Amino acid sequence: MAKAKVKPKAKAEGELSWKEIEIGCFITEPGNATEFRTGAWRSRKPVVDFSKCNKCTLCYYYCPDGCIAKTPEGYFVADLFYCKGCGICAEECPKDAITMVEEEK
Amino acid sequence: MAKRVGLEVSVAVGDAAKLADVDVVAAYPITPQTHIVEHLAELVANGELRAAYIPVESEHSAMSACLGASAVGARTFTATASQGLELMHEVLYVASALRLPIVMAVVNRALSAPISIWCDHSDAMAVRDSGWIQMFVENGQEAVDNVICAFRIGEDRRVLLPVMIHLDGFSLSHVIEPIILPEQSEVARFLPPYDPPLPLDPEKPVTVGAFAPPFIYTEVKWAQEMTLEGAKEVILECWREFANTFGRHYSPVESYRTEGAKVLLMTMGSLSETAMVAVDKMRDEGKEVGLIKLRLWRPFPFAELRQAVRDAEVLIVLDRALSFGGPGGPVCSEVKAALYREARRPEVVGFVGGLGGRDISMADFEEMVNQGIKLAEAGSEREFEIFGVRE
Ligand code: SF4
Ligand code: SF4
Repeated sequence: MAKAKVKPKAKAEGELSWKEIEIGCFITEPGNATEFRTGAWRSRKPVVDFSKCNKCTLCYYYCPDGCIAKTPEGYFVADLFYCKGCGICAEECPKDAITMVEEEK
Repeated sequence: MAKRVGLEVSVAVGDAAKLADVDVVAAYPITPQTHIVEHLAELVANGELRAAYIPVESEHSAMSACLGASAVGARTFTATASQGLELMHEVLYVASALRLPIVMAVVNRALSAPISIWCDHSDAMAVRDSGWIQMFVENGQEAVDNVICAFRIGEDRRVLLPVMIHLDGFSLSHVIEPIILPEQSEVARFLPPYDPPLPLDPEKPVTVGAFAPPFIYTEVKWAQEMTLEGAKEVILECWREFANTFGRHYSPVESYRTEGAKVLLMTMGSLSETAMVAVDKMRDEGKEVGLIKLRLWRPFPFAELRQAVRDAEVLIVLDRALSFGGPGGPVCSEVKAALYREARRPEVVGFVGGLGGRDISMADFEEMVNQGIKLAEAGSEREFEIFGVRE
């Protein structure tokens, strides 16, 4: 599975003191939205049955979060750091290879 | 040498923006606009001021254009009044939260309905909490001087906040007064170029106005509040430096003939001049009456106010705006709140008057003092008094 592209940071946003916030809450590092765990509010996660998958790439293109990446074996798997659990990939997969599974508490 | 000339105050305010060498002026050029931006348009059109003049289709767009201009690092100025200020409302909060030191002259005029083009402070009070530094001036010279100061204060790296200079509509904006316009070279020395710490620049991209989830919003707002509170020191420093350079003195709360005064009047804006004459007359008659003029409105000068009124027995506050269904005038209710914890404080009596351009004369101020003293002694059922209303 692809690893979350999280750069080590001194502090997460939720730990910053008011004194450490950039002037006007500007974001000075381009592309740092990658550090934001959009997967935190997911209730269901996509699980791929590789025996059904024909590597068509449709899930990769349909994922609105762009969080599906190709594995070395050529399959397509969601990065759960970002996956919001919307289920679009499962809906679009022509082989019904993706099942949305309840997250455990 | 700078010389004293007779100028319409609006024109002089435009000249002050020119002296500050503004880069961008964005404005909606029709009612309720004043000659401030009309004059600036002329200065740009005839080449006397090298600046981009952006005429827009509404005040909402004017302030939005100012945001963009200030964010790339342009020294940005605009002016508006009454309904125009209200139409800008939501963008004002963005300007202060993004820490963009736009300077705006607000010509205070009443709000509709009924339609009124005359002065009161309803427009200013509606944007009280917008996070801008705000001050009220009482004459044309103060307006000119403080437009220049506003850029220096707002652009200071310790501040980086927008500034509103409130001046009374008509009784200031449309009258001709003797005004000293400082020399361009003097202003250039007093006012260093605007050097924003994080300008919009494709070479060094930044994201401006991003989304803030609950875990960070409170910290952002507190940082903004701490900056606005801290701006007072920079304002005081700027006014000291201004006095050293140009010889005219400003302070957050000004006291006029308050020595030994048992009764203090408190005003904001151009009526302070009438009040001074009224105080002179009452003093001549042996009455122990003085005047407090509130110049700095945001950040509110708590310490200076407490100091200025502590020895008085009665403090009579005149508001030119009404907080409907509330405690009366916004200035008076803030003054009362500021004195709440003081062991020794005057009895505060609030009057609302001068609405929609109704004049308050010298005799009216005397009347207000007489009524105020009676109310302070007898107490009142009401939170405030309306001055001069016909029964
Ligand atoms: S569930 Fe939605 S977000 Fe997650 S991988 Fe599938 S399409 Fe992308
Ligand atoms: S859409 Fe389905 S079949 Fe196609 S690559 Fe994704 S999981 Fe495999």
